[in-house]
Amino acid sequence: MTNLQEFERHPLANYLRVERFPHIWCEGCGNGIILHCFVKALDELGANMDKLVVVSGIGCMGRVAGYIQCDSFHTTHGRPIALATGIKLANPQLTVAVISGDGDLFAIGGNHFIHAARRNVDMTVICSNNFNYGMTGGQCGPTTPLLSYTTTTPYGNIEHPFNLVHLAAASGAVHVARWTVLHVKRLTESIKKALQKRGFKFIEVVSPCPEIYGRRNKFGKAIDTMKRYREIAEIRHGYAPSKAEITSEKIVVGEFIDIEKPTYGELLQGQFMRFNKG
Amino acid sequence: MAEKGRTVLTGVHFVNGDVACAEGAMAAGCRFFAGYPITPATEIAERMARRMIEFGGIFVQMEDELASMAAIIGASWAGAKSMTATSGPGFSLMQENIGLAIMTETPCVVVDIMRGGPSTGQPTEGAQQDVMQAKWGSHGDYEIIALAPSSVQEMFDLTIECFNLAETYRAPTFLLADGFTGHLWERVVIPRAEEIKTVERKKPSVAPDKYIPFKPDEDLVPPMACFGEGYHVHVTGLTHDERGYPKTVDPKVQYELVKRLCGKIRRNADKIIRTYEFMLEDAEVVVIAYGIPSRASVGAVKRAREAGIKAGLLRLVTVWPFPEKQVEELSNRVKSMVVPEMNCGQVVKEVERVAKETPVHFLPKIGGEPHSPSEIFEVIRRAAKA
Amino acid sequence: MPVRIWRTPLNIEKAKLPKAEIHIIKNQCKGCGFCIQFCPKDVLEESEEINERGVHPPKVVDESKCVLCSFCTSICPDFAIFVVEKLCEEEC
Repeated sequence: MTNLQEFERHPLANYLRVERFPHIWCEGCGNGIILHCFVKALDELGANMDKLVVVSGIGCMGRVAGYIQCDSFHTTHGRPIALATGIKLANPQLTVAVISGDGDLFAIGGNHFIHAARRNVDMTVICSNNFNYGMTGGQCGPTTPLLSYTTTTPYGNIEHPFNLVHLAAASGAVHVARWTVLHVKRLTESIKKALQKRGFKFIEVVSPCPEIYGRRNKFGKAIDTMKRYREIAEIRHGYAPSKAEITSEKIVVGEFIDIEKPTYGELLQGQFMRFNKG
Repeated sequence: MAEKGRTVLTGVHFVNGDVACAEGAMAAGCRFFAGYPITPATEIAERMARRMIEFGGIFVQMEDELASMAAIIGASWAGAKSMTATSGPGFSLMQENIGLAIMTETPCVVVDIMRGGPSTGQPTEGAQQDVMQAKWGSHGDYEIIALAPSSVQEMFDLTIECFNLAETYRAPTFLLADGFTGHLWERVVIPRAEEIKTVERKKPSVAPDKYIPFKPDEDLVPPMACFGEGYHVHVTGLTHDERGYPKTVDPKVQYELVKRLCGKIRRNADKIIRTYEFMLEDAEVVVIAYGIPSRASVGAVKRAREAGIKAGLLRLVTVWPFPEKQVEELSNRVKSMVVPEMNCGQVVKEVERVAKETPVHFLPKIGGEPHSPSEIFEVIRRAAKA
Repeated sequence: MPVRIWRTPLNIEKAKLPKAEIHIIKNQCKGCGFCIQFCPKDVLEESEEINERGVHPPKVVDESKCVLCSFCTSICPDFAIFVVEKLCEEEC
């Protein structure tokens, strides 16, 4: 049996562009797990793949859009959320998910993130946070921990990192969660919940980058990082995002924010109805 | 949202160029506008904000021009005719995603109401300094379509034309208007909706399993399946094969793709290009102009005729692709050419390239004042003597 | 907290544990070892063979020990392993 034939029997094969596998990600990279959890969530929800659009940016996680069997857009660096805003507003029937990396969403694309969250545009944003720019060889990014080594911080990083869940909550996201790629079942549940909820939803997924970031900081193999997650991850639902800093001693995970707020689309529809009555 | 309000405001109006542009967009079927305030293009966004809701169109003010350009690409793939409007500084920011629109063959319209630069420059003064930027501003090899209106009526008419060309060739199309035309108040006649010719993008005629998203037809333009139609299209800014999948290290794929992206405009240049001729039959000195200087040129040509000089005007309605044939044909039968431009020399370089031996007299004008007919007349007179 | 069952279910004699069928797409495996490490029943181990990608894919040690939790399926970044319930006759 060839790889492809075998792969086509995978229970989630229908959700993937199987001919494009194996994917480009390194051994032990968490991006494949996030992709798995995402399509697993779609499967469990019985999602209509004809009405789903996945948008990604540039970087390792930027490639994710091209692996999912639905309409997908691999955009320019940092712009997936802005482009997704156009898609969602122009056709509100579509379910829009943005899946990208920490550098794409929070450095070059940071402005789009905070404004889409503020507007409460109906989309699910999933960030694979591996603490560096993997695709370009491991440079410092907006989530690189203080004193970590990257190719552009050869003497240790002297920039304070973003706490992404705090940023998302402060910007107005209606659903904010964080998991590590070890929390596969909970991550899948979180994605399901986010996809079913209206508004701007954000899920941060802490993910190992063994070949680039991990190697430079002597984290050992991916499996060692995964074991470390098991030791230091602490599930605290409803925890204040402002206090949920990621440190080398503790990663607070869980669902932190779950609120209701009218979306941009709903407010626009309301305005349209009022306008055309009067 | 159902369409209730009027998309075409049939009748005679006294408005400025920006407003006429917005009305032209809506008449052409624009249902999504994303923009960011900037002088002298802001009135387009303001008009859109007021009007789009009347019939369920979407107006959204984005956080910057990067986002505006990205949003109209997204909206176009979601099935809506989309547009943004800006001026120099914003146009610079848009260049990144203009490249994305070219690479992903996204029909959309970008309006640039040109002001004086570099940088923040002269926000309230008109200029024609972005002509080369429109052609070359984003990185890589590509061809674009750009139209240059010179009246408020043309702000309306050519915006419709921009949408039709964008939909026909699946390419971002530019309305390159100078700030004077944008802020000019004039009479504009808006015809009845059924009299306005609009073009819709080509849709696939095959089932999703047979559809190859970037496989072109004879005209080099592939039919476009939009998001939500069940075709599961993958769109990427990377070099891609006909299925839309990244193929970044295969020289043949890059060659074929770039050749086609340029070719679909170049090969159809004759269908795209429009020029306007004034007293050209027996002309010996020809003014080549576009936008607001072409209006002063009409006066200058008339005065030259009164003075016994056989002058004429070729007005470029289409600036890109450059009307090479028209200029070349003229260069073979006239004595000299005069090019007035509100910049330090952009289109004149193209004219010189095509005109070869024919002398080209350049009349630059920067600072925020348009050319006067007498200034142009003086150059015509000198050109005729030479 | 894990749920502890303090009494023996009344129907424990009749209850039948579902049987697992583990599929490994060997050439898709990149050898991270997550499936082996995190299997709660130690069903998998690293094999001797070397696949197309130059790594040792996992092999099944004892399929009967598998409880179909599918954690290996979910934790595999490469979609290289999946578990389905074995459909079989009375005595399998």
